[in-house]
Amino acid sequence: MRTKLIQISIAVCILSVGLVLMLYRPLSAKPDEETGRILKPIPGNTTESWTTADHSKFEALNRDFETGADLTKACLSCHSEAETQLHDSIHWTWLSPYDDTGDTGKAGYSVNNFCVSSNKMNDTDCNSCHIGWDAKNDGINCLACHGQTSIQWKDEFRDYSFFKEAGDLEIASEIQQTIREGVKVIKLPERENCGTCHFNGGGGEAVKHGDLDASLINPQKTLDVHMGVDGQNFRCTRCHTTMEHRISGRVYSTPASAHRKSLVEDDLVPKIMCESCHTSEPHEQGHKANDHTDKVACQSCHIPEFAREHPTLMWWDWSKAGQMKDGKPYVEKGEFHRYTYKSYKGEFKWEKDVVPEYYWYNGSLTTMTIKDTIDPEKPVRVSWPVGSPGDRDSRIFPFKVHRGKQPYDKKHNTLIAALLSSDVDGYWKTYDWESSIERGMALMDMPYSGEFGFVETEYVYPTTHMVAPEEDAVSCSECHARSESRLANLSGFYMPGRDSFHLLDLGGWGVVIAAFAAVMLHALGRIFKNGRKKED
Amino acid sequence: MSENMKRIYLYTRYERSWHWLQTALILILMVTGFEVHGLYTLFGFERAVDIHNVVGIGWLIAFAFFIFWIFTTGEWKQYVPTTKKLLSVIRFYGYGIFLGEPHPVPKRKEAKHNPLQRLTYLGLAAALLPLQMATGILYWTYNYWEGWGFYLFSLDIVALVHMALAFAILTFLIIHVYMTTTGHTVFAHVKAMITGWEEVEPTVAIEEWEKAA
Repeated sequence: MRTKLIQISIAVCILSVGLVLMLYRPLSAKPDEETGRILKPIPGNTTESWTTADHSKFEALNRDFETGADLTKACLSCHSEAETQLHDSIHWTWLSPYDDTGDTGKAGYSVNNFCVSSNKMNDTDCNSCHIGWDAKNDGINCLACHGQTSIQWKDEFRDYSFFKEAGDLEIASEIQQTIREGVKVIKLPERENCGTCHFNGGGGEAVKHGDLDASLINPQKTLDVHMGVDGQNFRCTRCHTTMEHRISGRVYSTPASAHRKSLVEDDLVPKIMCESCHTSEPHEQGHKANDHTDKVACQSCHIPEFAREHPTLMWWDWSKAGQMKDGKPYVEKGEFHRYTYKSYKGEFKWEKDVVPEYYWYNGSLTTMTIKDTIDPEKPVRVSWPVGSPGDRDSRIFPFKVHRGKQPYDKKHNTLIAALLSSDVDGYWKTYDWESSIERGMALMDMPYSGEFGFVETEYVYPTTHMVAPEEDAVSCSECHARSESRLANLSGFYMPGRDSFHLLDLGGWGVVIAAFAAVMLHALGRIFKNGRKKED
Repeated sequence: MSENMKRIYLYTRYERSWHWLQTALILILMVTGFEVHGLYTLFGFERAVDIHNVVGIGWLIAFAFFIFWIFTTGEWKQYVPTTKKLLSVIRFYGYGIFLGEPHPVPKRKEAKHNPLQRLTYLGLAAALLPLQMATGILYWTYNYWEGWGFYLFSLDIVALVHMALAFAILTFLIIHVYMTTTGHTVFAHVKAMITGWEEVEPTVAIEEWEKAA
């Protein structure tokens, strides 16, 4: 009876262990069944512009246009609310809607560590990215977003009026013909439209963002699983949804979507994030990665490196600007055929396949303005992610951190915005810091003590584009590692594989080694003493 | 082998299977556990974690059967601690063994553990291993703590205890394996745990207090 009981026990024991082993699912099971993996197609064609209007047939557009503003009027004759909507958008105001003082924004007192400031839009080169024909002084350039990017609309109109006034009517009418033909093609914004500014911010391609550059105009899936032309072929607006010309997804001081709702649960969430389509448990059921989504942003694992096609700028040292060769300004190119020095801008360092830096991030960034006081003794965080391990809305998020040196006021301990553009006789023409700083600060009604130095600064960009295919995702051991963990810099929480208690490890191994030594000694003692074993 | 040795059937089939199954599980848990702790790379972190989790749960289930077995068979009495003869056993291993003295508490069917073993195995089976399983379960279910309203301590405390116990178990393992060589031959005890039959010297009488049942 008893042996039978025991035998049954053994059988059940072995069976249950076997059952657990069978229930355990290997990592590679049915990846395509995960939520949100393949987006349901929108009725119609998502890759081509689809619309009920053919602008080439519109009477209002079938005429000559003398100026950009003239053209805009024609647009507004049908799209009556467009101007009102846009004047309320950050694309026009260049001011953060989340700051009532109006200080924050490109048109306000915000600073960065690239060209520092637009000097309240007086530094004219900056305005090439504004959607107005002449900054905020004239109408909206609808074609910046809705026209063909092959045509430089501002230039065309400038050339047109130049040749017309010069009396060269033949060339003028040729230009007018280009404009009239161009106007016939009006479309929803495509990647090139957004990219004109967002791929080229900071004065050149891939200067500002590490995850947004011209390689995204025609990317392969390996560079961006969403935008890849050989895959889903998303245009920017697929995620950056738009309501009344306000485009979602801006990161300024917008808090992260406080509720982790996805479109799958409720299609009215205001902010489009990865979770909107993929839900908060996008991995195969039971996979540990699903447990990570409350603390680790999707981007952290799924964008293993940024700048994977084009190198991005990582260092800009203004203190080196102004050097001359034979009394003349010069430029130098280095690795990647990118400029490593320009007399009028300073020293540059570019990097490709950059591993992001990781920080806790709740969706907000601190952004400095020129009014803020700095501590020049350490690198100044001109913008920096807000978050902490204890904050429920914070996750570990990947960033490009652009570092450099830029001028600051040695007495007032504030950053300095020099006037730069050649058009307005800024530094790029005069190579004179004193005058360009004085004029730049005066244009912003900011005091300047007359003494400037250079301070090291840091500026962050959240990395969210260039999502790699699944097989390229960051593996567990790249973070859960004793040495060279991607998250080595983050503290305040215990992470298996990375962390340990040194005293415990020391003591633990001490005891283990002591035990081993003791039994060895004991064994030796038995052998020498010819113990009981031999007497047998 | 001594000719006047008496063969007694000491370990039942279940007991032996359980012992070696647990050996295998603990060894796998050790190897994968120390890898997860960042000591070396063998399976890779992800695989090591997966193996550790599955084997850990397997151990837990197998252990439940052991508990069931120990109470239904009355074998639990073998684990009741005693201080009687404890000192002579300690003295034997520290001194007498070198002089070839006989073991003060030889194995008997009704008393297969000497006082030192009773204490050690009780500590293991009743405290060390269950605590290791409990911290393992907590570690494994870390993501559900919040849902359970479990805020007693943070992950680092659980990791600390789990690690400390791992060191303790490893230390036990070293001594345990060594102690198997102290039988009348080096492999006598190991053989017994495989076949179930232990060879003991017949001369020593079993004292009443030693008898389990």
